[in-house]
Amino acid sequence: MGKRVLLIEDEPNIIEAISFILSRDGFTVHTHEDGETAMEKVRATPPDMIILDVMLPGRSGFDILRDLRADPITAGLPVLMLTARGQTKDRDLAERLGADHFMTKPFSNSEVRDHVRAVLEA
Amino acid sequence: MLSFNLLVVVALAYVLLLFLVAFMAERRAAEGEDGWLRSPMIYTLSISIYCTAWTFYGAVGYAARSGFEFVTIYLGPTLVMVGWWWILRRLVRIGKTQRITSIADLISSRFGKSTQLGMIVTIMAVIATTPYIALQLQSVTLSFAVFADSDGSSWSLGDLNATAIWVAIGLAVFTIVFGTRNLDANERHHGIVIAVAVEAVVKLVALLAVGIFVVWGLAGGPSEMLAQIEASELSTWNQDGGRWITLIFLSAAAFLCLPRMFQVLVVENADERHLHVASWAFPLYLMAMSLFVLPIAVVGLDLLPESANPDLFVLTLPLSQGQNGLAIFSFLGGFSSATSMVIVSTIALATMVSNHIVVPIWLSSGGNEGAMQSGDVRRVIVISRRLSIAGILALGYLYYRLSGGGTALAAIGLVSFSGAVQVLPVMLGGIFWRGATRVGAALGLVTGLIVWGWTLFLPSIGENAVLSAAVLLEGPCGIAWLRPQALFGIEGLDPLIHGIFWSMLFNSAMFFLCSVMSFPLPLERLQGAQFVDVFAHSAQSRTWTRGTADAEDLLIMSQRILGSTQAQSVFQAAAMDQGKEGYLPDVTPDFVERLERELSGSVGAATAHAMIGQLTQGSNVSVEDLIAVADEAAQILEYSNQLEAKSAEQERTARALREANAKLTEVSEQKDAFLSQISHELRTPMTSIRSFSEILRETEIGPKDRSKYAGIIHNEAIRLTRLLDDLLDLSVLENGQVELHQQSGSLSELIERAIDASGVSKKELRIIRVNAEEDVPLHTDLDRLAQVFINLITNAAKYCDVEEPELRISVQAIGGGHVVDFVDNGAGIPRSKQAMIFEKFTRVSDQSTAGGAGLGLAICREVMSRLGGGITYLPGQGGAAFRVTLPAPQALAAQ
Repeated sequence: MGKRVLLIEDEPNIIEAISFILSRDGFTVHTHEDGETAMEKVRATPPDMIILDVMLPGRSGFDILRDLRADPITAGLPVLMLTARGQTKDRDLAERLGADHFMTKPFSNSEVRDHVRAVLEA
Repeated sequence: MLSFNLLVVVALAYVLLLFLVAFMAERRAAEGEDGWLRSPMIYTLSISIYCTAWTFYGAVGYAARSGFEFVTIYLGPTLVMVGWWWILRRLVRIGKTQRITSIADLISSRFGKSTQLGMIVTIMAVIATTPYIALQLQSVTLSFAVFADSDGSSWSLGDLNATAIWVAIGLAVFTIVFGTRNLDANERHHGIVIAVAVEAVVKLVALLAVGIFVVWGLAGGPSEMLAQIEASELSTWNQDGGRWITLIFLSAAAFLCLPRMFQVLVVENADERHLHVASWAFPLYLMAMSLFVLPIAVVGLDLLPESANPDLFVLTLPLSQGQNGLAIFSFLGGFSSATSMVIVSTIALATMVSNHIVVPIWLSSGGNEGAMQSGDVRRVIVISRRLSIAGILALGYLYYRLSGGGTALAAIGLVSFSGAVQVLPVMLGGIFWRGATRVGAALGLVTGLIVWGWTLFLPSIGENAVLSAAVLLEGPCGIAWLRPQALFGIEGLDPLIHGIFWSMLFNSAMFFLCSVMSFPLPLERLQGAQFVDVFAHSAQSRTWTRGTADAEDLLIMSQRILGSTQAQSVFQAAAMDQGKEGYLPDVTPDFVERLERELSGSVGAATAHAMIGQLTQGSNVSVEDLIAVADEAAQILEYSNQLEAKSAEQERTARALREANAKLTEVSEQKDAFLSQISHELRTPMTSIRSFSEILRETEIGPKDRSKYAGIIHNEAIRLTRLLDDLLDLSVLENGQVELHQQSGSLSELIERAIDASGVSKKELRIIRVNAEEDVPLHTDLDRLAQVFINLITNAAKYCDVEEPELRISVQAIGGGHVVDFVDNGAGIPRSKQAMIFEKFTRVSDQSTAGGAGLGLAICREVMSRLGGGITYLPGQGGAAFRVTLPAPQALAAQ
């Protein structure tokens, strides 16, 4: 059983792509599409790492990140943030809120894979 | 012997004739055929009310007592007409441009529309004119008595008084009937002017007839007449130079200042050019009037008994010679002189009393609020004027009764004249000197009135009547230098010269000094400029179109008063209300009224009204003058409100800046949000494409997955393309660069076409057509309209998430046009989102799964607006409901 990655993302094709890449590399990928219930999902089955989209229905990725960092149990979880908006403003905000890494869509598959490997296999 | 009854009949017939003439004139004027009423000759004849009964009868008496001195009474007006007609011209011009109704109005207007000044002048005029009216009543009464005497039935005092009261009542009726018919701003009375002109002819011809009879009938010819005059003591009397100068001055001044003269010269003047004719014709008239005065006096003294009253020689000479017809004619001449003077004087005074005393008091009494609204003001003014006429004649009658009718006519006339001329310094100062002020005018007038009353009027009533003989001789309480006829110890002067000298000296001095020492109000300054520079201004004013003001001029003026920011905002708001952009609204009555209200808040109602009035009536004030006043008003305001104004100005500036900043921020935020949205919408499909294309390149995968991933890439590429298409489409629509291809078609077919093109299967969405059979012909861009329908159908298919989605498409005729409603059976759109759904990138569900970029409805809205129709969300239909309003069918109708 590989390390568990929780992918919080609402675009089905992107979910499928990231799941495919990481599964092939031996990680277990869980997915969740709704921003509002994301924290419950994290608490129910704590992953080893989270990949978090910014634009989510219900609740934004930034709000979820803030909650993660505020909760002692999840505060140390590695978080990779993805955004399609591509503004430096978003990058700055993500860093300030304590994201470990920030990627702008479209990303290359290897970029995602290498980062997840670096975090989970160190 | 002449029957007295015949005389009464003739007099009544004459009065009836005058009524008729006046009535006809009014009728003609009302019908607009008043050309002949406005001839310079009528004007000249109307001026002849200067010649009253005093001139008709009294001049002969005057000549019999003082020889040539009577000529001074004619020389004064002649000098004015020949030498000083430019003063008259100025008065006439001012009277026209300022719509002056009386001499009190002139003074009041000149000094800032002062109510108090109007009252002072009115009171002075009433005091000075009442004896004069009494004099006319007396002369008519006496002339009746002469005939009664000659009839053999000697009159008692009671008969005289009864005659006087009937004459007064008759005059009141005539004046009320023809003097208060209309309330024209110009206060012109055609009927009365014509009647006065007729009377002018009658009195001149009558006097000439008596004169001719005397010279040729009694004296035996001109040369004999001259010889007789040479022989009489009248020609040898030494003339007092001081008295001559005083009398000439007095009559010249009175000619300008008497209320009745002002009435005919200025108020009733129809055309300024009539003055040219009058300037030579009127002196001729006066000359004709004076031609036979001396002969009649000389012959009268010679032929009639010692006891005969020289004031009545004009009547008694023909009577004594048995010339009854001539005597009656002469009587009519005297009657004409008296009545015309009384009528015009009464009108002038009644206008003054009504406008400057009654109405102001009524206005301030407070019981008029209802009337002010309902337009009863007019009625009140007419009533007040009628009562004033009756009141003035009653006063004249009363004075006649009190004075006992004993004093020589000429003496009363001179005292009356000298009272009226107290207005002269203020009047001349007002029209020639900008520096004259209200305070100076009021003090000058009051001082003149007091000195005149003390030195001339009170003594004239008679010894022991008001002032005791002791006061006359020793002064009040023994103060010698206050003796009425020897002020400051200057004795030995003729009482008339004495009184006029001191009253005019004190009057002018007070007026001048107090004017110099006081400051004019802004309105006074404004009015002063208009009065003094009346010619310059009225020449300039022709650059303005009649009755309209330039919005820019009004703005310039308002900025001076309200400050730039506020004035501009007032103007801008008004322009916006009229549907105009910028700061210059059309100068409509509404706008002017609104502006006046704004201005009166700053400078007071009177000033605001005056300023606006001047500009909007396009009359006679220069912008420079207004601005000078405005500056002054602004300075005063600024003086008291400086700090407040400054902080208010800063507050306004700060607010403006904040607003501008907020607007910029909003625009910039919107731009950011838009770019961010586009970025998101483009990057999301690109992410899938890149990711799966890398997977396909890098990895060995089964054919099933390969095909699936290639399909995803394909779909996302299409999504991307559609997004770009939509963006471009929207951009074109928003910029209005879209080309519409008008076609004719049928609505029903178009809906069918849209349903087919939407590619929505029956399983996805059941579409129900309502009233599909009611077909509507269309003429519009059918492809664009179909685009809207397709969008609405696919939206329903995407977002209607119930078990069995349905969409009802119904066509209705509403308000002359047609609407197509698209109502589904889903959850509908939450109220909070309804306002937003037509904005770009608004998605109700936030589900990008549905594949929309949130541009569809924005495009629909743009398309419908380009087509001349509309699309709105229709709340309260259960599910999501959109109403498409079809373009109005003008194009179709035009075919």
